[in-house]
Amino acid sequence: MTEPTMLNRESALFSNPPGAPKSPRGGLRTLSPWASYGLRRAGGVLLSVILLVVVTFFMVPLIPGDPAVAVAGADATTEQIEAIRESLGLNQPLHLQGIQYVGNLLTGNLGESFAYSTSVSSIIATKLPFTAELALLGIIVTLIVSIPAGMVVGILTRGGRRKWLDVSFGMLTGFFQAVPQYVIATMLVVIFAIVLKVLPAAGAATLTSLILPVVGLSVAPICSIARVVRRETSTVLEQDYLRTARGWRLPPLRLYARHALPNLMTTTLTLAGLILAGMLGGAIIIENVFNWPGLGKEIVTAIINKDYPVIQGIILVLGFLAIILNLLVDVILGIIDPRTLGGGKSNG
Amino acid sequence: MAKTTRTKRHFRWTTGLIIGIALMTLMVLTGLLAPLFLAESAEKLTADASQGPSAAHWLGTDDFGRDVLARSLVATRLTLVMTAATTVISVVGGVLIGTFIWLAPARIRNAVLRVIDAAVAYPSLIFALLIAAILGQGAWSAVLAIAIASIPAFARLTANMAASISQRNYVSTARLLGVPGPRIITRHLLPNMAEPLLVLTATVFATTLIELSSLSFIGLGVQNPEYDFGRLLNEALVNIYSQPLQAVMPSIMITVAGLSAMLIGDGLAAATDPRGGRKFGSVKAASELPASMRADGEALVEVDNLTVLTPNGVPLVKGVSLSIHAGEVVGLVGESGSGKSLTAMSIAGLLPEELTVTAHSMRLGELDLLKKNDPRTLATSIGLVYQDPGTSFNPALRMGSQLTEVSRVHLKQSGKTAFNRMVKALADIRITQPETRMRQHPHELSGGMLQRAMIASTLVTDPRLIIADEPTTALDVTVQADVLRQFRTINREMGTAMLFISHDIGVVQALCDKVIVMNGGKILERLTGAQLAAGDVKHPYTKALLAATPSIAERKTELVAVRAEDFTFDEITDDVPVSGPVQPGPVRPETERLQP
Repeated sequence: MTEPTMLNRESALFSNPPGAPKSPRGGLRTLSPWASYGLRRAGGVLLSVILLVVVTFFMVPLIPGDPAVAVAGADATTEQIEAIRESLGLNQPLHLQGIQYVGNLLTGNLGESFAYSTSVSSIIATKLPFTAELALLGIIVTLIVSIPAGMVVGILTRGGRRKWLDVSFGMLTGFFQAVPQYVIATMLVVIFAIVLKVLPAAGAATLTSLILPVVGLSVAPICSIARVVRRETSTVLEQDYLRTARGWRLPPLRLYARHALPNLMTTTLTLAGLILAGMLGGAIIIENVFNWPGLGKEIVTAIINKDYPVIQGIILVLGFLAIILNLLVDVILGIIDPRTLGGGKSNG
Repeated sequence: MAKTTRTKRHFRWTTGLIIGIALMTLMVLTGLLAPLFLAESAEKLTADASQGPSAAHWLGTDDFGRDVLARSLVATRLTLVMTAATTVISVVGGVLIGTFIWLAPARIRNAVLRVIDAAVAYPSLIFALLIAAILGQGAWSAVLAIAIASIPAFARLTANMAASISQRNYVSTARLLGVPGPRIITRHLLPNMAEPLLVLTATVFATTLIELSSLSFIGLGVQNPEYDFGRLLNEALVNIYSQPLQAVMPSIMITVAGLSAMLIGDGLAAATDPRGGRKFGSVKAASELPASMRADGEALVEVDNLTVLTPNGVPLVKGVSLSIHAGEVVGLVGESGSGKSLTAMSIAGLLPEELTVTAHSMRLGELDLLKKNDPRTLATSIGLVYQDPGTSFNPALRMGSQLTEVSRVHLKQSGKTAFNRMVKALADIRITQPETRMRQHPHELSGGMLQRAMIASTLVTDPRLIIADEPTTALDVTVQADVLRQFRTINREMGTAMLFISHDIGVVQALCDKVIVMNGGKILERLTGAQLAAGDVKHPYTKALLAATPSIAERKTELVAVRAEDFTFDEITDDVPVSGPVQPGPVRPETERLQP
């Protein structure tokens, strides 16, 4: 079965065309693979960070009409509007605003919240741990469940065996991919909190209150990654080097864990990096279903209140986390499969 | 992924596609009709607030006494219209960016691609929130937010497709002829991307449907008094304890809508996938030919009447018998599909499980190969060398850990002992810097070096039989000669028996004591190396194989006459006048499909 539903973001990065920008290998040839890889990735990270800063900066100037009026609301007095114009620095020319914005960011100053009159950094400091807890647990659960599940199905259905398993796996994972996360989460609340009354429906008071949000957050990514792993497993199992390993009569665990796993991780992680980064977005939804006091709940409130410094701050933090996550995946990829370091060197 | 081919294909209607289109038609009809007939019960405020299910209100009413079922059905229209608008914007935007950057100078194109790459790495929902924050809340700002957030991914995919198409000959020709850029896009790029773009559009429809309703769900999309599925679920969540049913219908609707869009996307992809619907070629039954000599009881390897069947009972190997004596090299020749590799892999016990292997007897020494044997015994008694050394090693592991694996796993040697023994084996087979090689990954070694390393790895366990399945086919001619020389040396010095498979009768006659010619899963002729060298063959097929190879005498004169000095390095000519690998490449038996 082809996988177009997952194509959207994941494969956008996955299949580089022949004419796509390749690393500037010429000048880096003398360095060790890790050093040149590090330099290349640092360039990518820098570009991502710049993009993030530029986009968040232009958020306020791009507000249709007069941003100060939009922020202050329709019934604000002229003084209030002027005060907001002053605090947003809107009376300065755009390039000076930009320099000031970047300067503030470099000193770690994310500005003051309009709604709470506290610093944005302190709001983020109190909310980030909740989001991090949710996202981190979600990522761990996703990886622990999806990779073995995908591999087992891939092994059991190799070479067209057990058609029924293949079909039901495809239908099940496809179904949970098509159902939006908030629907899954709401149904979890209905079943476990309301009908069965075994788990709390909302809040972050107890440890058990983590279960439903984490499950709600992980179901869709588990299905996506398990599908990728399954497909990759069947590809890897057909490879010559696995036949070689079978010829060495290695025990099944060694065969699959040592010979198959690292090879299917290359593609899996390339896609998983984006799926996992997407979980940061998913966390925003899940936090709102479960009233989870994290960044996702905060940013929605801030958008409704037009609390621009908070919005900018949270987007910066979430975007930065996404960059870190992608970088982490790339480093792990480099460790697992050293070929990725060289940027596509093949056998001679 | 999205590959375009110019061949006409049959459009295949899969069950999924039909179900998807049926469900989507149902959704569209609901979107068209429900607002006409149900608008009143969906939107009129009544006194029957927060009621449970009843005959009048099947799923009850909401806080303002509006019918939950009616609202869920009426919301279909706004949801679908918003999704369609979002899809159109992101597809058009993505396609424009993705194709037009191919007209831009390479520098600008690469810069844009890099920015797109950086943008794709962010979760689209975060981008959408940013845009929603700029534009404010509401249905149409949500549409714009999700559409703009989806553009980078779509642009990237379009750029990937455009890249592969713009490198084809007809596009280069058009460029050389001075066809203007926009015309190249409309005439060449877009028509060739139409199919994958259609599939992607269906996929984008499914994802934007989910993302739009997510935005409404968290309260940043559609605002009161308008409502889509996400907004309805948002309202239902407030009352989830008192009115859990209120959440069910919007959930079902959004699931059905998302699922049908996904099924259509999957179905379209399967329908247009050129690889789809391929059937495995069946093997034609060959005519009856007198077959087997009785197998020989004294031999090291004895195979009597081996048959290999596919799951549907098609015979691939039909009653093959052969024997290999200790110290003997037996060659198995035949074209692709003749059953020679299947025969060898049956002996090795490495056939795919779905193939059925039967034989009167099949043994290696006292080891009954028809039974399930101890992996350790098998791993150490049979050494295997495969066709393509470039793909036969695990790319993710270092050479050393792979080469010593059998010693460590089966012979329980310590890592250090196994390492040292392997280094010695590599040095014996004349691999330079063996210790460095052990620490390298397969992609850092040349094909010839990998194949020699593979041979060395089979030797450290001191096997009784080496099965070499076309071990020289993937190698350069000069490297072939070297590898063949290694086999010859091993056989002479260690007395290891070998089963040597090749489609190249020249290679086989240079190395083998006995040669077995196979075709159609049957043995056609058995020869000694000397008979083959003398051209003393009976079967017309073998004659044809030989005829496709320049004859020994012919070649000798030819070599002497033309470029004898080129081949003086060859050492294999001890037993047989001229080694196989130096024969001219283009004339290979398999290129001429000869019938016996």
